[in-house]
Amino acid sequence: MTRFLRHRLFWPVAILVALLALNLVFTDNFFRVQMKDGHLYGSLIDIVRFGAPLILVSLGMTLVIATSGIDLSVGSVVAIAGALACLRISDLDDQNSIGGVLAAVGIALALSVALGVWNGLLVAGIGIQPIIATLILMVAGRGLAQLITDGQITTVNSSPYKLIGGGYWLTLPFSIIIVAVVLALTAFLTRRLALGLLIESVGGNAEASRLSGISARGVLITVYTFCALCAGIAGLMISSNVSSADGNNAGLWIELDAILAVVIGGTSLAGGRFSLGGTVLGALIIQTLTTTIYSIGVPPETTLLFKALVVTIVCLLQSPAFREKVFHRRRRPQSPSPVTEEKVRVSA
Amino acid sequence: MAAPAPILRMSGIGKQFPGVKALDDVDFRLLPGEVHALMGENGAGKSTLIKVLTGVYDIDAGEIELEGRRVAFSSPLAAQQAGISTVYQEVNLCANLSVAENIFIGREPRRLGRIQWKKMRRRAEEILSRLDLDLDVSAPLSSYSLAIQQMVAIARAVDIDAKVLILDEPTSSLDAGEVAQLFRVMRRLKEQGIAILFVSHFLDQIYEISDRMTILRNGTLVGEYLTSELSQVELVGKMIGRELADLEKLEDRPPAREGAPLVETELLGRTGAIEPFTLTIHEGEVVGLAGLLGSGRTEIARLLFGADHAGTGALKIDGQAVSLRTPRSAVARKIAFCSENRRAEGLIPDLTVRENIILALQAARGWTRPIPRRRQDELVEKYISALNIRPANPEQLVRNLSGGNQQKVLLARWLILEPRLLILDEPTRGIDVGAKAEIQRLVAELSDGGMAVLFISAELEEVLRLSHKVGVLRDRRLVAELDNDEGLTTDRLTETIASGAIS
Amino acid sequence: MTSVTGLLDLRRTVPQKYIPVMVTAGLFVAMFVAGGIRYEGFATGQIVLNVFIDNAFLLVVAVGMTFVILTGGIDLSVGSVVGLSTMVSASLLKDGWPAFGVMALVLVIGAVLGLGMGAIIHYFEIQPFIVTLAGMFLARGLCYTISTDSIPIENATFTAIAQTRVDLGGDMWVSPSVLIALVVVLAAAYVLHYTRLGRNVYATGGSEQSALLMGLPVARTKIAVYTVSGFCSALGGLLFAFYSLSGYGLSAVGMELDAIAAVVIGGTLLTGGSGYLLGTVLGVLVLGLIQTIISFEGTLSSWWTKIFIGLLLFAFILLQRLITARRR
Repeated sequence: MTRFLRHRLFWPVAILVALLALNLVFTDNFFRVQMKDGHLYGSLIDIVRFGAPLILVSLGMTLVIATSGIDLSVGSVVAIAGALACLRISDLDDQNSIGGVLAAVGIALALSVALGVWNGLLVAGIGIQPIIATLILMVAGRGLAQLITDGQITTVNSSPYKLIGGGYWLTLPFSIIIVAVVLALTAFLTRRLALGLLIESVGGNAEASRLSGISARGVLITVYTFCALCAGIAGLMISSNVSSADGNNAGLWIELDAILAVVIGGTSLAGGRFSLGGTVLGALIIQTLTTTIYSIGVPPETTLLFKALVVTIVCLLQSPAFREKVFHRRRRPQSPSPVTEEKVRVSA
Repeated sequence: MAAPAPILRMSGIGKQFPGVKALDDVDFRLLPGEVHALMGENGAGKSTLIKVLTGVYDIDAGEIELEGRRVAFSSPLAAQQAGISTVYQEVNLCANLSVAENIFIGREPRRLGRIQWKKMRRRAEEILSRLDLDLDVSAPLSSYSLAIQQMVAIARAVDIDAKVLILDEPTSSLDAGEVAQLFRVMRRLKEQGIAILFVSHFLDQIYEISDRMTILRNGTLVGEYLTSELSQVELVGKMIGRELADLEKLEDRPPAREGAPLVETELLGRTGAIEPFTLTIHEGEVVGLAGLLGSGRTEIARLLFGADHAGTGALKIDGQAVSLRTPRSAVARKIAFCSENRRAEGLIPDLTVRENIILALQAARGWTRPIPRRRQDELVEKYISALNIRPANPEQLVRNLSGGNQQKVLLARWLILEPRLLILDEPTRGIDVGAKAEIQRLVAELSDGGMAVLFISAELEEVLRLSHKVGVLRDRRLVAELDNDEGLTTDRLTETIASGAIS
Repeated sequence: MTSVTGLLDLRRTVPQKYIPVMVTAGLFVAMFVAGGIRYEGFATGQIVLNVFIDNAFLLVVAVGMTFVILTGGIDLSVGSVVGLSTMVSASLLKDGWPAFGVMALVLVIGAVLGLGMGAIIHYFEIQPFIVTLAGMFLARGLCYTISTDSIPIENATFTAIAQTRVDLGGDMWVSPSVLIALVVVLAAAYVLHYTRLGRNVYATGGSEQSALLMGLPVARTKIAVYTVSGFCSALGGLLFAFYSLSGYGLSAVGMELDAIAAVVIGGTLLTGGSGYLLGTVLGVLVLGLIQTIISFEGTLSSWWTKIFIGLLLFAFILLQRLITARRR
């Protein structure tokens, strides 16, 4: 039992289960999944579907945070990718031309990748703190997205593009399939290939990693690029779902939700070990929270209050200092040096 | 002539860490107006003694008297308020603030809560002029050299009415001129009756500045001596634990080998780290580096591994001139390096034993070519049993292993790369006797198998037992290269380290 | 490239610590002169004063942010606290509370929120980023709980303050909010330069470890700066309420980014320990002037503001990197 309790995904799972149980009480047939017109419908499907962009962004953010970095620019990348894709499609003679849509998607994703490389170069090449380096693109990127759409909300009427965020394939919402593919790809890159080991190593001890022959610079540029790519796909998904691009509001504050999802999922902001499963759970918790608030009839205005509460609880539970001070659990002395620090701290 | 009463007296001090007796029944005293050097090799207990004195650690046994009164400090701050100030090698000041503020922060002269900057600057200038320093006190501390920063730290310490000033390796990153300046300041303070406890690894400096010295070895007191009555050779002998008369032949010295030159350096050097040196390492050869801490041993290793950039000179591998820009390029040329600083520069504490072991191999292959899990398990299992890593659980987090086993994990990380040159910096420090013997045996086997090893250790006996050739370092210079033949003994090594020349 | 080397040459004649502030000041002057040449009716004193009038609240918020950033922290909650302050003011005034009672309560709420976040950051060792993010959600959530609609303010005192013009002669005027903001700036500058708290802020930002070893009250300092920031955000919220004469849950969304940008453009290092309040004032003025220029340009769209601010941020961070890299 204690082993079960100590599993690092215990708290996220428990919170998700509690939220779902709450829904079950308030909503009839909450867990029912129906087949209509060859498509699957149901509250659970909706949670995943609406949560898809957040899951994508959070996956990229997980890898960045595992290197002890942070990427504030993902929201802007979401807006830019959606804006560019919609702009290209709206310029097409035939908006339903698959080739044209594919080209638009390709260009949008290529720009996302370029923005990720820019972030990576600022962090790994120039050595700017990640939070500041990505703040630049966060601020300028919003302007860039509006520049692309000329400040308008660019609407498109393209059924191939609509598929990405709003369509169905093999009975499932296409966005869920995209998330599954990206998740599988991320898991493959990090866990089957060795990228995950190198990321955790750089995040855990950057100098030791360098002395083991790891090119920390290459790893950093890779993760920032990957993160921007995920944000780009999420941007396509969001704009496709509403068949329009809003440079001002698309993906607004998604970086904060994504960081939150990662932290709730048990990945430390200090870097090192990361958990893709935890991140997906974290993103689902955030989405379920929103759904729950609707379904139990709490006014949606209080969503943020709940969120603040959940963040605070999860972060406090994960803080060693909090657990020590509140549960009076003595920290194991690991080496003489932490003892020094503690003594100094006490004296102050 | 009656000696003045000691201002500080520590008697019967004992301090125990899990598994190690750091200090055992150590006596120490400090007289007013003297510079007292605390001597000993790494792990002898110098820093533990200082930490016990300044309240960083509690003592397990013994007592401390300051001016005849029994004291026990709960923190460095409490010690400082009682008149014991410490200036560390890394200056613990705020470099972004002005010189004057660094002397006065927390005690600024104020009127009605308003800081009186003019008065503060004037008083700072007064204090500094008493130390023969003429600085622009409103300039930020960061605009001055490390030496000046250290003297500002001393000025701050002295102004807080210090009776005892502890200088923990203050000179290790200073050049000759800066050291001279520091010594002037120290002499000034001495005249004012302050007792100075001085730690340095540079013997010349000890002999220049100190009046008296206390020598520690393995956590025990060797003795207290007047500097004028102890020769440098005797001092080194006492620090290393080998009296001159106590000759001991080393029996199982390995045979000399004939291999092709693997790594050759020509006047390779780096300003502030190591003077240009020329050294050749042959295949299958164990080259030992002997010298005190801070003599440039680690710096040589880091240059050969590409961890630091060489400022001067050339490096050849297999006769080809190469430039090692990063550790990555060294690894590609089959050079491996186990750092002496396992915690900061070796292990990734949150990863498992398996992950730590395969890290360098995986880094060399690149992340797109993962090592198949079965091969990982085979490799890891092979080295866990070959090196006898305990507990033999590859999925254990490496932070939970003992020092010796962590060291073996690091060794395994490099051995699976099958390097041609293995650089070992203090591989046996801080680990138990059994693990030590295992690592020594391993080094001998590896060199028999044709691997070149650069072996760095503070223990001369160990260096002699393993090496075919010994490079001797002193004050950041490679002063001698000695073949390990019949004539080479620990005494001769000791003498060479002490005198800085081949005897 | 020549300008960069020119700047580096400058370092020999002027103390290095003033260079970032001087660069910002130079930029402000250059922008003002360029605007004056390009647009008719630009180069007047009132244009500068209007920048103050339109950004008085941001100035106050940025002052609080400067305290936090000087210790090496960050406060993401400021925009939400501004929004919360306008909401609390508007709703209580609607219920007939006295104006000055409302103001006092709003300031206390802001300070207490800041105090709480500071305490969690220090005692539970959770990153400022996450704690103030939660604070941001909390304050914004409280806004929506009060009301999701905009509440107009009709209180006589508030409208009087909003409509008062303080004449400076020569057809120039400012709002009372500008005077309040300037008092805050002067008081904060005094605290940072002439009190122990201020010097401890710089010391903590320079090196927390050293500050501890020198016996400085690091815990008190860290908690104090978040309290100051909370107080300044609440005061900024009051000024915003004077400016807009309404309370709205969505007001000042994203203001934390403007405040951080102003502080960075003002030459304060985000790693802490280095920077001046004057720089922050100049940073706010530069941001305001960019908006003025864009409105004068007419054809230039508002998003160019964001792009310019991003480019400016990049330029300043690069400059700071150059300076700190040379220092080592």
